[in-house]
Amino acid sequence: MRPSSPINIFAPASTPASEIYHLALFVFVITGAMFVVVAGLLCFAVFRFRARKVYEACEPPQIYGSNQIELAWTVIPVLTVVVLFLATARVIFAIQDAPKPPAALDVTVIGHQFWWEYRYPSLGIITANELHVPLSHPNRPTSTYLKLTSADVDHSFWVPQLAGKTDLIPNRVNEMWIDPQRPGLYLGQCAQFCGIEHAKMLLRVYVDTPEQFEAWVKDQHRPGNQDPSVAAGRRVFETQACMNCHTVIGTAATGRFGPDLTHFMSRSTLAAGAAVNNAPNIREWLKSPDHFKQGSLMPAMQLSDQQLDELVAYLSTLH
Amino acid sequence: MADQVLTIPDSLNVSSRQITDETFLERLHDWVVTVDHKKLGILYVLYSVFFLFVAGAEALCIRIQLLRAHNHFLSAAVFNRFFTMHGTTMVFLVGMPILFGFANYLIPLMIGARDMAFPRLNAFSFWLTAFGGLLLYFSFIGGFGLYGVGSAPDVGWFAYAPLTARAFSPGHSTDYWALALIVSGFGTLGTAINIIATVLSMRCRGMTLWRMPLFAWLMFVVSGLTLITITPLTAAQIMLLIDRYLGGHFFDTQAGGSAVVWMHFFWIFGHPEVYVLVMPAFAIANEIIPVFSRKAIFGYPAMVAASAAIAFVSLGVWAHHMFTVGMTSVSNAFFTLSTMLVGVPTGIKIFNWLATMWGGRIRFATPMLFCTGFLFQFLLAGLTGIMLSVSPLDWQLHNSYFVIAHFHYVLVGAIVFNIFAAIYYWYPKATGRMLGETLGKWHFWLFLIGFHITFDTMHFLGFMGMPRSIYTFEPDRGWDRLNMIVSIGGFIQGIAVLIFAVNLVWSYYRGQPAGDDPWDAWTLEWTTSSPPPEYNFATEPVVRSRRPLWDLKHPEDPDWRYEQ
Repeated sequence: MRPSSPINIFAPASTPASEIYHLALFVFVITGAMFVVVAGLLCFAVFRFRARKVYEACEPPQIYGSNQIELAWTVIPVLTVVVLFLATARVIFAIQDAPKPPAALDVTVIGHQFWWEYRYPSLGIITANELHVPLSHPNRPTSTYLKLTSADVDHSFWVPQLAGKTDLIPNRVNEMWIDPQRPGLYLGQCAQFCGIEHAKMLLRVYVDTPEQFEAWVKDQHRPGNQDPSVAAGRRVFETQACMNCHTVIGTAATGRFGPDLTHFMSRSTLAAGAAVNNAPNIREWLKSPDHFKQGSLMPAMQLSDQQLDELVAYLSTLH
Repeated sequence: MADQVLTIPDSLNVSSRQITDETFLERLHDWVVTVDHKKLGILYVLYSVFFLFVAGAEALCIRIQLLRAHNHFLSAAVFNRFFTMHGTTMVFLVGMPILFGFANYLIPLMIGARDMAFPRLNAFSFWLTAFGGLLLYFSFIGGFGLYGVGSAPDVGWFAYAPLTARAFSPGHSTDYWALALIVSGFGTLGTAINIIATVLSMRCRGMTLWRMPLFAWLMFVVSGLTLITITPLTAAQIMLLIDRYLGGHFFDTQAGGSAVVWMHFFWIFGHPEVYVLVMPAFAIANEIIPVFSRKAIFGYPAMVAASAAIAFVSLGVWAHHMFTVGMTSVSNAFFTLSTMLVGVPTGIKIFNWLATMWGGRIRFATPMLFCTGFLFQFLLAGLTGIMLSVSPLDWQLHNSYFVIAHFHYVLVGAIVFNIFAAIYYWYPKATGRMLGETLGKWHFWLFLIGFHITFDTMHFLGFMGMPRSIYTFEPDRGWDRLNMIVSIGGFIQGIAVLIFAVNLVWSYYRGQPAGDDPWDAWTLEWTTSSPPPEYNFATEPVVRSRRPLWDLKHPEDPDWRYEQ
């Protein structure tokens, strides 16, 4: 799926982002006007008062100051600040202290070096890296409330078209909300330096129509695939270290350090968006995680070619 | 009368003759053991210019890596070290030392003193700062110590906890970062104390605080601010080392510590630090703009008051770096308001400079060109600062390239421009030779063009969602072309700085002799010879106004008739 539009804070698709967008326009107009006035005066002074001959014999009249003028250019900026502050305060409270609609969906977002974990406590779903949220209608808002925390270091959740960023800080829970009003895929990425692979901690948010979202939830509720034709790959998964970090529900694999792989193939990317999720990339990723993500915490398991093929075959069945 | 007091008999002026007789080793020894404020000032400036080249080279490597999506010029690890070292170096090894270097060199000359109040403390502070810098850069070869692999700090110049904990930052690179800054921080504190003492107790006869050049006033305010701001950083770094080696839990989130506490400590240092850096740039503008406009500074008392107000308000704005960490709506509103308020005294300063130029006869020699660039760029930097103070807008723009553009507009567009202005302006005083004007104009115009290509473009990358600190970016984001433009501008700036370096060296040997007062200026440093003798003034000057040389040159219309 292609992103619905290029990332841009001026293309809001959700109430917090559009509140910010309108406030930004107001601020740009005021600061723009200030710039035009002061820069205009500066330009005028530079051109009008430049010395015509390099060393003129006489000095210009000396003026030491004027209290009236000082007062004027103190009071006018103070009044501007008051206006800007009031406009800003309204938006701060409108976003941060907005009442939570009863139909809101709760999602817990946990930042990890260098991937995202999403838990839907009310739906019993745990997934990674690709967030699915329902479309919200202005009259019947089904907003999504994100509770943000981190398993290791600071991260920051930023999808510019949906809302401003909020940090994920260990030993602390932050909150933000979105009510996306256009279905589609929205891109973003971690916005707080979190270590070597900060650049590849990418965010993909899918805004689903109610039907799509229901179908997605239903898919996520199915247990992991137990296809006997890939038993060899599953054996590799469960006898090598894979299962220490990854979960596949319904099997012995219950690790928690890495992303949940029960519905691995339902995601269109792997390694937190670093590569398209297809068989050749999965093989490359297993063989050498550094190929897509230098410094990824997943170790290269030194598997033989045959083991790699079996493992890829197994993972490819985890729909 | 004043002109008798200010003249130096030739028989006393022996310093130049002495130098020519010394061997290289004797001269080196002389520079190492010196307690002369002028030599220490020059050492500070040379030290900073050296690190300006180092950190500039790091920035250019960063820009090569970001030329296009998925570039492979630097690895992720090296990129992270380079941006950390670039930021740390520019703030601690370039920005602060060079500005303290100017203060060291100029304040005693401007207030008619023979040296700083504590010459030995002065030398001690410089060498602490210098060793701090060396310690930081030794991390490139000593970061893992005996493990044999070098590694520079890679946690960002803000070093957010808990990324600095031993679990996430093994080895010693973070220790080098903390220890180097603690050492150079003590040097900074020593210099700040010295400047305060000098300004309070060493002024010549007749120079009341109210007649002191604005340069000295601002450095006085900055030094007070430095004393307040460096301490929390040093405290936090000691706490960090306790966490890392003595089992402390200040910032150890796994054991109940707080990552947010580090941010508070860091930014209550970090934000006033911006003003510690920028106010000396204002100080430079306060000297250069009047001289080249041929008018007294407009609203001297308002300039002093605005500086003090900026220093005061800047202590209450630190959490505007933390709008995204989940503060309450009331806290966000408070820090929005306090941050916007800084704009008021800052605006007063810009208006006063404008009023100083108004009605003047402005000579656009290279120092004034840089100061004019500074005025426009600082205006824009202030306005983008207002945008970022709007906390909801900051939720979008925080940690994006918009922020990078904003603070480079301050740090380069305002501070580096004025540092260049200051070097062009006072180089004749320090060396006795003018810097070449033709090379100076090339330097200015290339640097100006490169600056705007780079940093204007960065604002738009921020709007398009590009976060800072990323070593590469995805091709589907649409950031390729703008990043290419940013990098090209970086290289143009690099060329301009090389021209500057050539000018510095060439003019030292071949520049036009400057004479005592090449700019027809008004403050006391221009009454003595260029370079000044070790004792600065043969006899203590006496002043009756803010512009003693104006009074001397215009006995028919002296300043003291008008000043209150």
